[in-house]
Amino acid sequence: MSEPIEIARRESSVLRISVRTAAIMLAFTVVFTAMMAGTYKATEPLVAASALAEKLRLIGEVLPPSYYDNDLMADAITLAPHKLLGLDDDTRLWRARKNGEAVALVLEAAARDGYSGRISLILAVGTDGRLLALRVTSHKETPGLGDYIDPKKDRNKSRPWITQFNSLGFDTVPRDKWRVKKDGGKFDQMAGATISARAVTNASGRALAWATENRDKLFGLAANGRFEDQGVKP
Amino acid sequence: MSAYKEITWNGIWKQNSILAQLLGLCPLLAVSTNLVNAVSLGLATILVMMLSNFAISALRALIPYEIRIPVFILIIAALVTVVDLAFDAFLHDLYLVLGIFIPLIVTNCIVLARVEAFAAKNGLRASTLDGLMMGVGFVWVIALLGAVREFVGQGTIFSGIEMIFPSLSGIQVLPADYPGFLVAILPPGAFFVLGLLIAGRNWLDARANQRLREKRLHDQPPTATPATA
Repeated sequence: MSEPIEIARRESSVLRISVRTAAIMLAFTVVFTAMMAGTYKATEPLVAASALAEKLRLIGEVLPPSYYDNDLMADAITLAPHKLLGLDDDTRLWRARKNGEAVALVLEAAARDGYSGRISLILAVGTDGRLLALRVTSHKETPGLGDYIDPKKDRNKSRPWITQFNSLGFDTVPRDKWRVKKDGGKFDQMAGATISARAVTNASGRALAWATENRDKLFGLAANGRFEDQGVKP
Repeated sequence: MSAYKEITWNGIWKQNSILAQLLGLCPLLAVSTNLVNAVSLGLATILVMMLSNFAISALRALIPYEIRIPVFILIIAALVTVVDLAFDAFLHDLYLVLGIFIPLIVTNCIVLARVEAFAAKNGLRASTLDGLMMGVGFVWVIALLGAVREFVGQGTIFSGIEMIFPSLSGIQVLPADYPGFLVAILPPGAFFVLGLLIAGRNWLDARANQRLREKRLHDQPPTATPATA
């Protein structure tokens, strides 16, 4: 007579413990998720501001602010994913003007043929067809070996490798010489880490050619417009 | 030895997270390509270990035994996320250097190991100290590993320090035309150097034990041995 009651009591206590444990787990999840969400909300404006400052800093490195007088952040267009430039997502393209005259384009590009993964670049191309300057924004090249493509890691501080592209155009370096020396071109590479240099050099050449070719179309677009033209190349 | 002294000695040497427990190898091997990166990751790890040990020691009475592991992971992940966001917002310059390392700390199983083995059973002060000392044990090993790999691999020391202290710069120890030794920088080099460090620790421990044994033998009265034999 007492046995069914005993089983029932045990079952109900098992159930009670399970529910209680689940409730505690739920409470911890709610509290700590709320903590993360609260921190995210509280830091969001600061994080967004420093991301913008970082972008401006990078743009400032390839295009000194004295070159233009327009509001660069406002005079930007969106570039649809572009195969030739190595871009998989929408990117922004900024247009610098001085006294209403077009001066330079600042655009992002990427090399997919780095030693380990993609190398992202930002570059400024003048309306005279010159590459004003070029910077690597992110990469995964071997530390101490291929990472000299980033001037912060380059051991030659007075004249980092990446600065040899400054102010060059296809009028001074022909298109077929826009390669590293090992491939018969003009640009230096470091022994033992040619792949990183080759990837950056070739990607910058492609981006320079594309920006020069599409310059008028890009400057003609309304601000915040979208550039879809993939420019079918042979 | 007092309890706090023992915690300190365990963290730094006896139960060193890397040399004795071999925990947290994933971030250790990935980031120790140079000294500056290694120490940066180490310092961020100390911060997270102290916070997580403190939090779990404080909440240990509320956590049922059956679900302790998921709750621990939840708390550690939440703390790492908060630290990551706070660094990004308030110490942005440091974040640009350390930022990529902070999420990596979640993959460091030493954090969960100390929470489970120590903080869940001990008081607030002892747990926080344990987090600190286990972190210090992690830092000195990863710093040594980073320094050796950087020196052998590229002949420098402290390269990249200018990202943290702009007034300083790395030191070229070997001549500038040193061709570099690629293996030291690639992942296999990390295993080689770590293996040597562990061998070194074992050798030191074995030597200390040997000395202790000799000392005991020496201290014992010589008549004791024949009597029992």
